[in-house]
Amino acid sequence: MANALHIVVCAGISPDPLQTLEPITTPNGPGLKNELVLPAVLDPWAASALYEAAALAPKNPGSKLWLVSLGPKAKLQQVMMTVAQKVPFELVPIDGPIGGFPDAHSTAAALADTIASLPGLDRAKLLLFGGWESATRGAGITLQIVGERLGITDQFYGVDQIDLHDDGSFEVLERIEGGRHQVSVCAGTPAVLGWATGNLAEPRNNPQVGMANMRTIMPALQKAKPATLAANSLRYVSVSLPKQQRTTRVVKDLTPDQIAAELVEWIGAE
Amino acid sequence: MESILVLTHADETGSALTKASLEAVTAGQELAGRLSAPLAIGIVSSGPINLSKGLPSARLLAVSGEAFAQPRYATDAAACEALCRAAAATIVLAPASSRFARVAAGVAHRLNGFIDTHITAIGGTDTVEVTRWFYRQRVEAVLTRDARPWFLLLDAGTHAAYAGVPAAAPVEEIKVELPAQRTTVTGIRAPRQDEQTIRPDAKLLFVAGAGWTKKQPDGQIHVSEAAGLILGFLRAANASLGSSKSLVDQGGEGNSVLPFLTHLNQIGQTGATPRHPKGLATCCHGEEPHVVGWRFIAERRAISLDPNCGWTRGKADVVYVADAFPVVAKVNELLAKGN
Ligand SMILES: Cc1cc2nc3c(=O)[nH]c(=O)nc-3n(C[C@H](O)[C@H](O)[C@H](O)COP(=O)(O)OP(=O)(O)OC[C@H]3O[C@@H](n4cnc5c(N)ncnc54)[C@H](O)[C@@H]3O)c2cc1C
Repeated sequence: MANALHIVVCAGISPDPLQTLEPITTPNGPGLKNELVLPAVLDPWAASALYEAAALAPKNPGSKLWLVSLGPKAKLQQVMMTVAQKVPFELVPIDGPIGGFPDAHSTAAALADTIASLPGLDRAKLLLFGGWESATRGAGITLQIVGERLGITDQFYGVDQIDLHDDGSFEVLERIEGGRHQVSVCAGTPAVLGWATGNLAEPRNNPQVGMANMRTIMPALQKAKPATLAANSLRYVSVSLPKQQRTTRVVKDLTPDQIAAELVEWIGAE
Repeated sequence: MESILVLTHADETGSALTKASLEAVTAGQELAGRLSAPLAIGIVSSGPINLSKGLPSARLLAVSGEAFAQPRYATDAAACEALCRAAAATIVLAPASSRFARVAAGVAHRLNGFIDTHITAIGGTDTVEVTRWFYRQRVEAVLTRDARPWFLLLDAGTHAAYAGVPAAAPVEEIKVELPAQRTTVTGIRAPRQDEQTIRPDAKLLFVAGAGWTKKQPDGQIHVSEAAGLILGFLRAANASLGSSKSLVDQGGEGNSVLPFLTHLNQIGQTGATPRHPKGLATCCHGEEPHVVGWRFIAERRAISLDPNCGWTRGKADVVYVADAFPVVAKVNELLAKGN
């Protein structure tokens, strides 16, 4: 198959899901307590996009894979220590703020500008990948706006699968309501795919891949362009943790039959 | 002065608006009332015949044609863009359906506007303030913007579906410049009817955890029995099935140990946060199912062998410290008798 792809994966970083999060007010608006020292991971759905991209590239000789990531340089470097060991890619870091509270429209503008000026990128061959929603802002809007800014009007979200055909067209499965997938066939690149979980497990760490990646990642991080994100009139009125603490009744001494009877009554109650 | 546009779309039959669209209509009517703002409703469908019948008094706009029979970015974005330009509203409300979630941000961008999504409430007194969650339903924020147009994508189940007095306003047909279509929707892939375990309208979400496939007190694993009990429960209670990540992941490479489970069932941080009136968690321990996955579940109960599971405390209304196997078997038996 001779369809070289230029895959650009947009992936942010997010706090490791097992961390306790506490919102605070910073001079730049809301943030998380100790945000810069909380262990971070590559945003999970965007990470699925990266793994899918890395599986697709070698099947299409001549393909290239970039990972564009906006975040504080030092934090990106930390996360890359692990991510770099997973799959080969070229990192394009943008030195910007961390977290879910900065405005997504500005993030999208910074990403689109960076992608538009990527040396060697052929936009006719572009597959723009990312997560369909981030684990921080969870808005699902960044990729769409990046796509619009780059003039791409074939966009797919909640993607779990892509199958490339020899003629350059591809079939995409997108999540829709009710645990189903919509199946579409797109004539070819360029296209935007916002990934859900996909079908691939997280690749094992491979130190050799890590070493090869790090040779280009470190200089790229040193040269990372700074981005300031405009608020676009976005103003936070309040940011808080949910307070509802329930009074939990712990039932230890009922037989299975008694529990079942109680549950059946509960299920049937309006 | 503000003016409101509610974007709606037809369901898969093409003969009615989706429930989520009618929920957005309710939100739009409430907001227009509070702000004394004019209300317009835009309809995307293959043909708007009858679709506008149940709608309240408002300016009605529609785009129609075969190109809009199926959801697709290029055509839906063009349709919504045309409706928005025709209505020239300052605030655009739309349901966060898979169809509109795919295009709304792109449309907002085309109109030099801004968008916030997964809105769970609209409030404020003189201004418009909206509530949404950050960090996968772990932090709740209220926010506002002065910039217009402002697009708000509303989560399903946050408003009642509009069912007020219908007004018979004429529908203005809006012309759309169709872009070249490079994408063809070829169909929908769904589990067989009797294997479909995700039911968004179910009253109860049944959450299965990894415990179902772990060694049980007799030292054995009982996967096929677990599968039978879970499916039996879903059938008897007409429940929707959610799963912890640990359980879905067990099979690796997309194949679950329980063949009817997929990542689509997964709830939590990297899964879904479905909205159901009741939830019953079984054999799970993690924070994800109980805290994040359950964010929008009203009444919550859990069955777990672990008497000290910290995550259920303060999160569930009732925790039964018990073996889920015999309990669910008995529940299924009782439900079968009752039906
Ligand atoms: C990046 C990342 C993202 C994640 N995203 C998610 C996510 O989206 N969703 C999610 O769910 N998890 C997620 N997790 C994993 C999460 O942290 C937990 O590990 C997971 O939810 C635990 O699953 P579990 O409760 O099913 O399994 P376990 O922790 O193994 O718990 C099993 C429970 O079953 C009980 N049990 C066993 N047998 C029985 C029986 N017969 N009757 C009753 N109880 C029994 C046991 O006592 C135990 O409490 C994520 C983790 C990471 C690192």
